[in-house]
Amino acid sequence: MLVPKLAWRNIVGAGLRTWLNVVVLSLAFVMIIWAQGFVRGMFEYAKHTMIQYEIAGGQFWHPQYDPYDPLTIDEAHGIVPPALERLVEEGQATPVLVAPGAIYPDGRSQNVVLKGIDPAQTEVEMPTGTLAGEGDGYIPALIGGRMAKQTGLGEGDYVILRWRDAGGTFDAADVRIVAVMSTTLASIDQSQIWIPLERLRTMLRTPGEATFVILRTGTPPPAGAGDWVYRDLDYLLSDVTAMIRSKYVGMAFFYGLLLFMALIAIFDTQVLAVWRRRKEMGTLMALGMVRGRIIALFTLEGALHGLLALVVGALYGIPLLYWTASAGFPLPEIAGEMGFALPERLYPSYGALLVLGTSVLVMIAVTVVSYLPAAKISRLRPTDALRGKMT
Amino acid sequence: MNDDALIVTEKLVKQFPIGGRKFTALDRIDLTVRAGEFLGLVGPSGSGKTTLLNILGALDHPTSGTATVIGREISTLGHREAARLRNEHLGFIFQTFNLLPVYTVHENVELPLLLLGTPDGERRRMVTEALEWVGLADRAGSRPAQLSGGESQRVAIARAMVKRPEIVIADEPTANLDAANSFHILRTMVKLNEELGTTFVFATHDQKVIRFLRRRITLRDGRIVEDVETVPDPPSGDEEAS
Repeated sequence: MLVPKLAWRNIVGAGLRTWLNVVVLSLAFVMIIWAQGFVRGMFEYAKHTMIQYEIAGGQFWHPQYDPYDPLTIDEAHGIVPPALERLVEEGQATPVLVAPGAIYPDGRSQNVVLKGIDPAQTEVEMPTGTLAGEGDGYIPALIGGRMAKQTGLGEGDYVILRWRDAGGTFDAADVRIVAVMSTTLASIDQSQIWIPLERLRTMLRTPGEATFVILRTGTPPPAGAGDWVYRDLDYLLSDVTAMIRSKYVGMAFFYGLLLFMALIAIFDTQVLAVWRRRKEMGTLMALGMVRGRIIALFTLEGALHGLLALVVGALYGIPLLYWTASAGFPLPEIAGEMGFALPERLYPSYGALLVLGTSVLVMIAVTVVSYLPAAKISRLRPTDALRGKMT
Repeated sequence: MNDDALIVTEKLVKQFPIGGRKFTALDRIDLTVRAGEFLGLVGPSGSGKTTLLNILGALDHPTSGTATVIGREISTLGHREAARLRNEHLGFIFQTFNLLPVYTVHENVELPLLLLGTPDGERRRMVTEALEWVGLADRAGSRPAQLSGGESQRVAIARAMVKRPEIVIADEPTANLDAANSFHILRTMVKLNEELGTTFVFATHDQKVIRFLRRRITLRDGRIVEDVETVPDPPSGDEEAS
C-alpha cells in the first residue's frame, strides 16, 4: 500500500496543478462521451426513421430495380410473385410501383420519380391515407416538404404531370397536391411524387405490377418470391450506416483531438515531473526505494489523475449529459442536407457500453502516457538523479 | 577487518570516462571506519569526497578494489540489494536538503519508515521523537517552503536519523547555511552521535564542520593524503553568536 499512499500524497500535495489536469481530463471524458452520444443519437434516429417511414421489415425488389440507376427504372417492374401477393392480401406487405416522370411547375420542366402506393397501407407510417379520395379529372398526389420547397408547390396546387406508359406512349394529366408531408427522410421526399398505386398501374398500363414490396415489420421473408430479391434491414440501412460511419470518423478525429489535448496535459505533467522531480527521484532512491516502485509511483499518479477526472467528470457530466439527452439539441436547417434523416431536435443517445468503453480507453491512455516518463526515470542513476542530471 | 568496522575500503578506485579518456576520481583508497565515529572527508573541490561518499552510500559502484559497508561488498550489490542496504542501514543528509516539497515535515521524516514498512503507531512515535531531537516538533505540519534553510536541514537530519541507521552520510551539510544555523546543525549531529552512537561520515571543506570532527581524512586528487584523529574544537557561545 506504500505506492498508492505516496501517489495520493503527491497528487494531493501538488494542489492546483493536479486539479487543473483533472478538470482538463474530465472535460475530455465528458466531451468524448457527449460527441459519441451525439453521433449515436443521429444514427439511431436515422435508422428508426427509415424503418418507420420507408423500409419497415425489409423489401423484395424486382430483379432489375436499382435505385441508383434511373435508366433502369423504366424496366424495373413486374407482376408481384404469388408468395408476395398473398402477403399483400393478408395485410403483411404493400407493393410500390416506381416510374419516371416530369412535372411542369411554373412552366419549368422537372424530372420526378413517381411512386404508386396503396393509400390504405399501414406497413410504413407515411400519410398515404390522404391519397384515398380520388377526385375527378386530377391525380391526387402526396409530396414531401423538400419537394414542395424545391418546386414551389403547396397543398391544393395543380401541376401538369407527364409520364410514359409501358408501351412507350407519352401521356399527361393534372396532378393535385392533396397533402405535403413533413418528413426528415429525403429518400421518400426529394423529387418524388406519391400517388395511389392502382392509379399509377392504370397510367402505366401495368396491372398487378410493382417495383418492390415492403414487408410489415416482423414479417418473415417468404419463400417462393421467384427472382425477386430480398433486401434485409442491414442491406437497406447500409447507406446510412456507411454515412454514419463516416461521421464517426469525423467525430473520432474530434474526440481524438480532445483526448490528445488531455493526454498532453498529463504527459506534460509527467515529463515535467521527470525534469523537475529528478532530484526527488534521487532522494527516493537514496532513501532506498527500488526502481520498480518509482515507476509504479509515477504511473499510478497519472492513473489517479484519470480516476479523479472520472469522478469530477461524473459530478458535472452525468447531470449535463442527462439534460442533453432529455432536452435534445436544435439542429440547424442545413443539417437536413446531410444525406440522411435528421430531426429538428436531436437527442443524443448514451449507453453503458459507451461510457464504460470511453472510461477504459481514457484510463488506459492516461496510464500509458504516465508510464513512459516513469520508465525513463527508472534508468536514472541515483548519483545523477541527486545532482538533478538526466542520463 | 575489525569487529566494529562498519566501512572498509581496500585499493578502491573510481574512474569516470571523460571524452575518450578516463578520469581517476578515487585512487587506491584504503579506509576503515568504526562504529560511532564522527569523521570528515575534507579537501578541495574535485578531490573525490563526494565520489567516495556515493560509493560508501551504495549509490555508485567502484571501478576496482573493494568497499564493504555493514558487511556488504558494494561492487557485488545489485540494484535491489543496494536499495535495501540504503533503506535499512544508511541515512543521507544532502547539501540542498532534498526535502520533498509537497510533503509536510512529518511526512518527509516519515518516508524512510514507510519504505521500511514500520507499523503506523510506531511510525508516528518515531517521527515525533526524531522531530523532538532536532527541535522541530512544533513544525510537523509545515511544508518545506515554509521553513528556513536551517530548519530544512534539521528536518533532513530527522529524516536521516528517524530509522536509527548505523551510518549517516552527509555531503556538505552546512554549505547552504549561515554560521549560526551551521553550529546548531552540527551540535544536533554531535548530540545524536553521542547519544545514539550513530556513525557520521561527512564530506566538507567548511571550517565550521572541521572544528567538530574527531577524525579528519584529507583527500587530494583522489588520494588520502592525511588521516588524523582530532580533538573537537567547537566554538564558544561568543563565536557562535558572531
